[in-house]
Amino acid sequence: MNTDHELPGGLELAVDDAELRVLRDRLAERAVEAGLLDVAYRTIDTPVGSLLLAATPAGLVRVAYASEGHDAVLGTLASRVSPRILHAPHQLDAVARELTEYFDGTRQRFDLPLDLRLASGFRREVLTRLPAIGYGRTASYAAVAAAAGRPRAVRAAATACATNPLPIVVPCHRVIRSDGSPGRYLGGPAAKQLLLTLEAA
Amino acid sequence: MSVTPAKPPFEDVVTRHGPAILRVCRAVLGHADADDAWSETFLAALRAYPELPGDANVEAWLVRIAHNKAIDITRAAARRAAPLADLAMARSADVDADGRDLDLHTSLAALPDKQRQAVAYHYLGGLPYAEVAAIVGGSTDAARRAAADGIARLRRTYPVADRTGGT
Repeated sequence: MNTDHELPGGLELAVDDAELRVLRDRLAERAVEAGLLDVAYRTIDTPVGSLLLAATPAGLVRVAYASEGHDAVLGTLASRVSPRILHAPHQLDAVARELTEYFDGTRQRFDLPLDLRLASGFRREVLTRLPAIGYGRTASYAAVAAAAGRPRAVRAAATACATNPLPIVVPCHRVIRSDGSPGRYLGGPAAKQLLLTLEAA
Repeated sequence: MSVTPAKPPFEDVVTRHGPAILRVCRAVLGHADADDAWSETFLAALRAYPELPGDANVEAWLVRIAHNKAIDITRAAARRAAPLADLAMARSADVDADGRDLDLHTSLAALPDKQRQAVAYHYLGGLPYAEVAAIVGGSTDAARRAAADGIARLRRTYPVADRTGGT
């Protein structure tokens, strides 16, 4: 296998990064037009670090903290949703805008189509209840379990929150322990506290 | 980590192979049509990617698609062109964005198709000669000879090539 990818002896065909960037952006656009892009993604910088945002044609499917490893998350999306994944930032313009407004304190509700396919069963049931906890409010894991129809499934409700594929947008950070302590969070305790403090302001 | 070995996101395929495939497209078609060929290649690859066997040689697969797209584009150009126009002449008339590669493209465009393809797929696409032969037709030895003849001819016709020997 020839791995040099060059012609021998002084015969050079240069390809520069800017040209490739243009081609790659155009590929993403054409893939969307052709209905071939199953998962579009981008990252944004926020007060809780770099967030990976991924969407299917059905809606936002994943928000991931840097601590989860963005490459690992994309790998999981490739196996669980589809490997037809491209960096396509424009497909996530609305999501990025709403998150920016949220962190600026000018948005209290997200108005975005969501794709909850990464959560199933009781976990999904729990997640669909979370938006009912309003901005700046909190609820206990026990209350969320009860709202999801299984009042004794407190641990399962806690697991559903801790494995929420759409943190921040589906507000699992508003669910805390009955004693008032924050509890587990995918983005780490500091991120959870930052979100609660932001919403309390 | 997921249990089944996952196929990497297509974005990784574009990152890893995008530059090489662009060189291949430029070598085979010249600058003007290379961008279209590159886009068509990766769009077709994206379409077929979920069905690609996990152990497939991704680069060989992409070069094969690029080869087919280049043929499509060459045929479409031939249909558009005036009957007497020489395709090689049309390719050599491509103006490079910065002029740097113009001479090499002219030299590549002047090669017979088989030599140009063998040079592009082996040296730029990174394929072994057996894979090159499978794409362009003929035997592995014929592919090796075509690439060697092509390089020898490029060295005669491309002025910079000879000057690098002593550096």
